[in-house]
Order: sequence, then structure tokens, then C-alpha cells
Amino acid sequence: MITLADLLTLSGILFALAVAGIFLNRKNVILLLMCVELLLLAANFNFIAFSRMFGDLTGQVFVFFVLTVAAAESAIGLAILVVLFRERRSISVEDLNTLKG
Amino acid sequence: MMNLHTFAAALPEMYLAAAICVVLLFEAFVGERRPGSTGTLTLLLLVIGAGLTVQFADVTQRVVLFDGSYVADPLAYVLKLAGFLTVAVGLLYSRTYLQNRDILKGEYYALSLSALLGIFVLISANSLLTVYLGVELLALSVYAMVAFDRESGVAAEAAMKYFVLGSIASGMLLYGMSIVYGLTGTLSLDGIAVALSAPHNLGVILGLTFIVVAVAFKLGAVPFHMWLPDVYDGAPTSVTLFVGTAPKIGYFALALRLLAHGLAGVTVDWAAMLVPLAVLTLIVGNLVAIAQTNIKRMLAYSTIAHVGFIVLGFASGTADGYSAALYYTLVYVLMALGFFGVVILASRKGFEADQLEHYKGLYRRDPLLALAMAMLMFSTAGVPPFVGFWAKLRIIQALWETQHLWLVVIAVLMSVVGAFYYLRVVKLMYFDEAPESLPDTVRSFGVRLALGINAAAVLVLGILPAPLLDLCARVLH
Repeated sequence: MITLADLLTLSGILFALAVAGIFLNRKNVILLLMCVELLLLAANFNFIAFSRMFGDLTGQVFVFFVLTVAAAESAIGLAILVVLFRERRSISVEDLNTLKG
Repeated sequence: MMNLHTFAAALPEMYLAAAICVVLLFEAFVGERRPGSTGTLTLLLLVIGAGLTVQFADVTQRVVLFDGSYVADPLAYVLKLAGFLTVAVGLLYSRTYLQNRDILKGEYYALSLSALLGIFVLISANSLLTVYLGVELLALSVYAMVAFDRESGVAAEAAMKYFVLGSIASGMLLYGMSIVYGLTGTLSLDGIAVALSAPHNLGVILGLTFIVVAVAFKLGAVPFHMWLPDVYDGAPTSVTLFVGTAPKIGYFALALRLLAHGLAGVTVDWAAMLVPLAVLTLIVGNLVAIAQTNIKRMLAYSTIAHVGFIVLGFASGTADGYSAALYYTLVYVLMALGFFGVVILASRKGFEADQLEHYKGLYRRDPLLALAMAMLMFSTAGVPPFVGFWAKLRIIQALWETQHLWLVVIAVLMSVVGAFYYLRVVKLMYFDEAPESLPDTVRSFGVRLALGINAAAVLVLGILPAPLLDLCARVLH
């Protein structure tokens, strides 16, 4: 029997992996985009777990919206990446250093 | 009884969605052949939109629509009207700039309108789902706008940074929302406000942490401000003007709907989280701004400092504090429109007036522009009788009434520090000699008139502050 705690633990692990991936990765911007997707999926996992616990469909409906938004978000991210690559000939995170916070 | 009239309160959003389609079609069929005509159409559509909002969406009480996920109230009415006007004035200022940079394209206007739609959705959000969709619609449009100048490598880098950090913030917001959903079993903000009434609950604090981090990021509060100077500096100045103005209205609404309404039962918890954020934001924003030589970066850090004041308004946790934050947001947007407008007008084709030294001797070259900038800088610094003074005063009053005395001390001290770098701009403009011959400023009459009215509004609202102050107090009680 899969309990709520199991599901929440899994989503917590996914979330931690995504955040760690974003901050540890120094090589490739595409990896950042993948980590961002993972972040959203971790939150989706939570919504589905709670939705199952409550027997309430709204949580699952939310997930559909999030998936759609995530697709749009990837599209914009990849489009920016293409522009960046054309200017810099590189997609390395280390090369994003012209502007200094 | 459901009929079309029921949905009149949601007219601004429906109109705007239709307007985006019109702009896109117009660009495809007419705009290609007549550059600039799409811009004129967009301005016209925005003015009509404001008119329709006044006519149909001026609700006197709370109207909840679409199964509780949408709310129209006097606050939403005021914010939407401000949104329409802000975007219209911003696009008016940007036109020559876009032309000089060869980015005067219909897509720019369509993206501005879709960002505005995102802001409206946020303003009228009454469920976690609407809040999330509004945040994303606004953010995605703005990412694309920052990268709009495809010839500029700096803009692409700024867009990439904004995109990655913004997506993390959205992920955090979503994760926080999922925890709140797990605690309450509902997505409706009204429902959450009823269900979450016991503060100091561990689960609530966990969810709140994520949500507060996301809101702080979107507003640009320290330590989640890293994106802001880069985006302001890297983006084309017209986009900086856009990012610096209208979205602030949306993110104010985000904080208000989500924290002050939905999570009202646990105000003690999130207010306690906001206090250190606000203090850090005020200190870092003001101190780092002094060290900047680039005016866009300086104004970015000044934005951070002003966000500190807005967050302080929320941190007081009272209706007075929220209305002070509302007043501050509206006043800040008015001033930001003005000073970014000046930066845009001082730039020419192939020349960005983005260094502080480009403003040396501006008074000799263009006295009117220098006067407008001086008034805006005095107001931003909080010098009476300009409107920026009242904005700061209201926040400090709200803090005083809630016994946050040490916050009052920090706010006043940091205002004094802030005055230094605003007045430095005035000194450069009036008392320094221009180093070499700089290009002329933009002399288009319509734009200069709009900027003049903008600067005059800062003075007039400062001399007669009562109407706007009363309005802000009324819509929040």
C-alpha cells in the first residue's frame, strides 16, 4: 500500500534534485531547463497525492494546467536559448557572465 | 440567473484577450506594410479598454465569478485602470526608441498586452489556480520581451537569467501552493482563508516559506533580487520601462490576494518572515545603488529599495499597511514611468544614455527634460512637496501604529541614504559640464507633453495628496 507519506517523500526528493541540479550545474543551460521541468513535476506530484487523499478532483485539474504552462515555459526557454546561442556560440552557464548581479 | 450581464465585471480581461487577437491579426495583414501602425492601434485599444472598464467594470462591491476563481472588487477596478494607463503611457514613450533599434514590431505590442492580461488575471485572482496562471502569463510574456532585441547578446543573457531564476520562483510558488492545498483541501482563496486560521502550525509555515520566497522573488526583495539589476541593465530600455512599471501592480496584487486575503489567518507567520526581508532589501538596495555608474543599474537598485518599503507595508499586517503599500505601488509606478521615460528620451539611434555621465550638463542641452528628471528624482528621494514623500510617510505611519519602531528608524535612515544618489543625478544635470558633445535628446512633441504631464502629476499629487490617499484607503476597507 502506497501511503501519502511515501508520495510526499518522493516529491520532496524530486524537488531537492531539481534545486540541486540548478545550482550545481555549471556546464549546460539545457540541463537547467530540464531541472525547471522537474521542479514543476515535483509540485504536480504533491497535488496528485493530496488530490487522492481528499478524493477531490480539483488538485488533478490543477496539474493539467501546470503541464500546459510547463510546455509553454519550455518553448520560451528554448527560444531564448536559440537567441543566446546565435549571439554567443555557446550554451555554457559559465559564459553567462557579462552582467554581474 | 446567469446571463451575459453577470460577466460584465470580467469585461477588462475578455476585452484584452480579444484585443491581443486583433493586434496579432492587424500586424499580420497591415502592420507589415506600415511599420508603426500596430503601435497606434494598440494605444487606441488600451484607451478604449480603460473607457470600457470605467463604463462596465466599476463595481461597488465584491463580485465573485467563474465558480469562485475570479473576483472583481473596487480594488481590482482601480488596479486595472492603473494597468491600462501605465502600459499605454509606457508604449507611448517607447515608440521612438523601438524605431531607432529596429524592433518596432507588432509582436512587441502583442506581448505587452498579454503581459497586461497576466497582470489583470493576478489582480482578479481568487483561487490558487488563477494566481498561478496570472503569474505565468505575466512572466512568460516578459521573458520574451527582454529577449526581444535579437541582435543584442546582453539582452539574451539577461533573458536567460531572468527565465531560469523566474522559473525557480514559479516552481517554489507551485510547491507552496500544493502544500497549502494539502492542508486545506481547496484551491479557493476564500476557502483557504476560512480553513487556515491557526498560526504557528509547522505545515503552514513550510508552505508559507515557499510562497513568501516566490513572492519576494517576483517583487525583487533581497536576497532574491539577483535577476533585477541584470534584467534592467541588459534589456532594451523600453523593456526596462515596461518591467519596472506595470508588473509591479500585478505583483502587489499577488501579495495582496495570496498573503493578505488567502492566508489572512496566518498573518503573524508571514509578516514575521517579511520583516527581515524588508530590512535587508532596504539596506542592500540603497547602499549598492550608491556604487553604480550605470543609471539603469542604479534605478534597478533603487527599485529594490522601493520594494523594501512596499514589503514593509505588508509586514505591518494591517489594512492600513496594505493601503499604504497600495499607495506606494501606484506612486512608484508613476515615478518609474517618468524616470525611465527620461532615459528613453535621452537615447538616440546607436546611443544608449545608460551611464550616469551621459546626464552631465543635461540642463544646458535640454532644460525641460532636465527639469522633469529633477522633479522625478526629488519625488523618488521622498522630498516634500512631491508625492514620493507621502508614499514613504504612509508606510512609516502604518509601521508606527503597529509598534514597529525599529523598522521606522531603519526606513527613515535608508531614505536619507537613498536621497544621496537621487540628488547626485540632479547635481550632474544642473552643475556639471557635459564631457563631450552628446547626441540631441528626442524632441517629439507628443511624447514630451506626456512626460511633462507625468512629472507635473508627481508634483500635483504631492500638493493635493488627499484624493489618491482616500481612494487607496477606501478600496481596502
